[in-house]
Amino acid sequence: MDWQNYLQPEGVEEALAALQSANGEARLVAGGTDLLLDIQQGRQPAVETLVDVTGIPELTTLTIEDGFAKIGAAVPLAEIADHRVLQERATALTEACGLIGGPQVRNVATLGGNVAHALPAADGTIALMALDAQAELASSGGREWVPLARLFAGPGSTSFDRRRHILVSFRLALSGLREGSAFVRVMRPQGVAIAILNMACWIRLAADGSIEAVRLSCGPSGPTPRRCPQAEKALLGSSIQEIDWPGVTAAMLEDASFRTSPHRATKEYRRHLSGVVLKRVVTVALDRAGQALEAG
Amino acid sequence: MRVWVNDVAYELEPRPGEMLSDLIRERLGLTGTKIGCDEAECGACTVLLDNRPVMSCAVPAAKADGRRIRTIEGVASQDRLHPIQEAFVALGAVQCGFCIPGQIMAALPLIETKPDATADEIRHALKDTLCRCAGYPTIVRAVQAAGEAMRTGAPIDPPELPQSETTEVVGRTRPRPDAVAKVTGAALYTDDFRYPGMLIGKTLRAGIPHATLRRLEVDAARRMPGVRAVLTAAEIPGEHNHGLVVKDWPVLVGVGEKVRTVGDAVAIVAADDEEAARRALRRIVAEYAPLPVVHDPVQSRQLGSPVLHESGNLLKHIKVRKGDVAAGLAEADLVLDETFHTAMTEHAYLEPECSIARPLPDGRIEVVVGSQIPYADREDVARCLGLRQDQVRVIGALIGGGFGGKEDIAGQIHAAMLAQATGRPVKILYDRHESLLVHPKRHATQVRVRIGAHRDGTLTACETELYGDTGAYASLGDKVMTRATTHSAGPYVVPHVKADCYAMYTNNPPAGAFRGFGVTQSAFAIESIMDELAGRLGLDPVEIRRRNALRVGSVTNTGQRLTESVGLVECIDRVEAEMRLRAGGDPFKPRLVAGRPNLRRVWGFAASYKNTGLGGGAPDRASAEVELYDDGSAEVRTSSAEIGQGLVAVLQMIAAEELRLPPDRIHVLLSDTDLTPDGGPTTASRQTYVTGNAVRYAAEGVRQAMSAALAERFDCPPDQVRFVEGLAQVDGQQLAYADVVRMMKSEGRQTRAAYEYWAPETQPLGTDGPIHFAFSFATQAAEIEVDTETGEVRVLTVIAANDVGRTINPLGLLGQVEGGVMMGLGNALTEEFIVEDGRVFTDRLARYRMPGIHHTPEIVSIVVEHPTTDGPHGAKGVGEIVSIPTTPAITNAIAFATGVRIRRLPVDQDWLALEIARRGDLPEADPC
Repeated sequence: MDWQNYLQPEGVEEALAALQSANGEARLVAGGTDLLLDIQQGRQPAVETLVDVTGIPELTTLTIEDGFAKIGAAVPLAEIADHRVLQERATALTEACGLIGGPQVRNVATLGGNVAHALPAADGTIALMALDAQAELASSGGREWVPLARLFAGPGSTSFDRRRHILVSFRLALSGLREGSAFVRVMRPQGVAIAILNMACWIRLAADGSIEAVRLSCGPSGPTPRRCPQAEKALLGSSIQEIDWPGVTAAMLEDASFRTSPHRATKEYRRHLSGVVLKRVVTVALDRAGQALEAG
Repeated sequence: MRVWVNDVAYELEPRPGEMLSDLIRERLGLTGTKIGCDEAECGACTVLLDNRPVMSCAVPAAKADGRRIRTIEGVASQDRLHPIQEAFVALGAVQCGFCIPGQIMAALPLIETKPDATADEIRHALKDTLCRCAGYPTIVRAVQAAGEAMRTGAPIDPPELPQSETTEVVGRTRPRPDAVAKVTGAALYTDDFRYPGMLIGKTLRAGIPHATLRRLEVDAARRMPGVRAVLTAAEIPGEHNHGLVVKDWPVLVGVGEKVRTVGDAVAIVAADDEEAARRALRRIVAEYAPLPVVHDPVQSRQLGSPVLHESGNLLKHIKVRKGDVAAGLAEADLVLDETFHTAMTEHAYLEPECSIARPLPDGRIEVVVGSQIPYADREDVARCLGLRQDQVRVIGALIGGGFGGKEDIAGQIHAAMLAQATGRPVKILYDRHESLLVHPKRHATQVRVRIGAHRDGTLTACETELYGDTGAYASLGDKVMTRATTHSAGPYVVPHVKADCYAMYTNNPPAGAFRGFGVTQSAFAIESIMDELAGRLGLDPVEIRRRNALRVGSVTNTGQRLTESVGLVECIDRVEAEMRLRAGGDPFKPRLVAGRPNLRRVWGFAASYKNTGLGGGAPDRASAEVELYDDGSAEVRTSSAEIGQGLVAVLQMIAAEELRLPPDRIHVLLSDTDLTPDGGPTTASRQTYVTGNAVRYAAEGVRQAMSAALAERFDCPPDQVRFVEGLAQVDGQQLAYADVVRMMKSEGRQTRAAYEYWAPETQPLGTDGPIHFAFSFATQAAEIEVDTETGEVRVLTVIAANDVGRTINPLGLLGQVEGGVMMGLGNALTEEFIVEDGRVFTDRLARYRMPGIHHTPEIVSIVVEHPTTDGPHGAKGVGEIVSIPTTPAITNAIAFATGVRIRRLPVDQDWLALEIARRGDLPEADPC
């Protein structure tokens, strides 16, 4: 590969300035496990300047405060997956992060990179969607918090200009009493290691054990990572015994538009799987919320 | 930037585009860190960055600024191996060795912080660190043993395996002599060699499956800075084509000539560095007139199909005829007729092809290469360079896996041409992308089987029709498909047989040798239909195989009477016993899994056989030399390839047994065409048998020479001279071999013997004579778990019995069994080399998935020994047979679990899940 400059700024403003002032193609890089290969293999244009953000303390810090987690965008996935508090209270996220790549990749790849790649079935993104995460975006105009879904414009493309913005961190509410979450994916044993279907679910139970609040996300169910509002609606108010699985699945098929991806999955298989994975992820999330209920 | 590597501080200038792996290998010269894919898929390049494993090929070097790096070279202390290295050596976790630095580095932080790590934790840590020799179970055990040693200080013991009681060395566990260098990073593979002034060679590939090359402009590229040579077909000094059997593969496609596959070479470049070579390739202008593409062998045979070669599209029509198949089918109570498809698959050895050629001062050309057939390389290099064979020297480096994929020419001729043109050493290293495009694959094969049986399961007739896709060039296609055809009725007695195979050229990448050599494909078909027969006849799948199994005295479908060494029934019996013990009830009836209504488990069963040696009338010979040195040690010399299978240990042990010398006093020198005689190709599971015998007889010759000399000196009959542990005993005296050698030399005697061994003669197919001098037999049972909702299949257990004649090294054999099973598992479940209209979809390792450590089942190896008369100590081939029954054992189990018969490989979970859902009912299952 032939980048000329590899910059390692120590602050967000410095990184923004470096991105904007660089001559030629400039890209922000964190773990680089996807981006550098994409460049090397010609799926992304060659770059002249790489701006590495993994030396910026703000981006590499993971803090737990007041029932919220704030996860720097350049925190390695391994650190998230192994985090005790997150394992307990943001389980969908730690499960997803523990499944991305292998151990060596997870030691360098970051959650910010997973999100910024903007793939509709990115495991980390799908988990963050169900956890209703917000993303902190920095630009020369300052900082703003935006709901995760607003970051995406289409497959592989973000709504923000990657040369003028930096993803700084993610914030999400930790699960508490009567709350639980889960992540489930199905892989194809042949070919590229991208989930052919993944779902994350967060649930809060009412005192009577019925679903009081629910968030369900599913990839790849459209051009961008998505929630499934119809399926969520269909789940509300039911207890585990009362859930009308065929009904919820039908509702999810209204939310999701599954496609055939050559050499990965047929549309029919994804539709078939959606009911299977839906039931599994909801059941596990419910179970965890129930345990949180007992523990509480 | 400042980095600490293995506790040494370096001040370095950052370089544009530099990856950590480049810094470690090229700038610091620490070549123990290997590059298998350069795309963060294989894990061979794993190093520790601040004590965390990372893939150094995907980490920019600049990221290491101010940090600590540990590589494989920093694992051992000065005079001692680290326990993890010791354990890898002692337990036999090292085979080709190319992945081993990565395995050790990926496991090291875990075992250093948690010496009592569980097998699951170890598998988790090694999940993405691939081993194609696939000794995964042993790797896990080795990491555990290292942890145990670290906790308790206890010594690391070799595994408990059955040991020979009749021989001193042969049949007793022995760590590989090359293992220590492979665990420390000292082992040199071709890409690790450095020569002053070495240029980098690169190849321009056509990138179009079928076309005429219209125009080729290379002048601009030649004038570029740093470019030392650009060569085209016009500059080939000698013959223009190469090939192992048929010389049909162009070294370079010339203007006006045909491109037949995307990987065809059009021009080659030598430049001062990688970047300059790449820039030069981009500057070359090549224009093509596209031709219609032949993409599958059935289409290839149709009238009006575009024609690839002057000889037509048919490489060979292979026929097997025995009895009257129509009569045999007519007398059957049941006839089944089914068609099966197997995928093209890829060897994916972790070491990509590399050749270094350099001009020698005497005008000759030397080529360093990891090749399975060094003498064939010498011949093709010489022919194409217009040299005599003695003007080319081929030196074998260590080989990071072969599996049949390093039999053909890769960059050898190109590197030699560039070295000749520039007068400088030239290295051609394929990156993974190029490796995937260029080298021959396993033949995608369509197999139709019509099989007839009586009610009691006795086979009456078998008719098969095969179409093999040999791709653009012959490679070993005719031989591979011959093996597929002759084995297509399975290891059974069948009175009436008719088999026809059409090995067809297409515009796909060439197909050639791949472990199993065609039998992998036909075994899937015949073993599937055997289960279908059993099912339709209400018979037990084991019983139908036992009833029809080849035995001593049986006549094979090619008319060969088997006179010895047919251990198939014992393989069947022993696997069956172990399987029934584990299954409890009916192994072939699915069992449910507690609390998981979507899962069911069941066993599947398959049997196979595979020839040892070339067969079919081809002279099968190997030469070896054994020399005793005056320090009392010995050297064995032959050109045969150590591709991970353990040949060095095998030859060392065979020589040690004959010479009565401790094995570690014997050095084995392989593959140098100036120094070692021809051991023949490393193919067809033949090296242990054929070269093993050459070494045995050469060593025997040396021993007899010692006997004769001592008998004369001490004036006693030669049979009163005894040899024990490196000592000669004669006339009440003991002489060290060193003294015997000195005595012999002073008498002007040779302490060296050469032997050319000719394996027993075979006959061509169609003559009813023996087409092979030995067969190995195997049976496997696989227990699987199917998720009936998602179609996912997991293999839990494989019981494998192999009749290997006689075990030479139990440790090496275990590695072959584990790796063979894993490769068969990959063939069933994960591997598919996808080509669409002649264009390769799986052109990156990320798209071609081979089994990882998390796919590994429990593997139970049962060794069956029905010795051969002529093999060394009774041994016969083992490298291929271990892999062949795995796929059908798995797919047969899937059929029991789901009622769905797999007719196309690899298993498509998408199709399987939808098929289960469409049928709406599953076979009855027992509760857990």
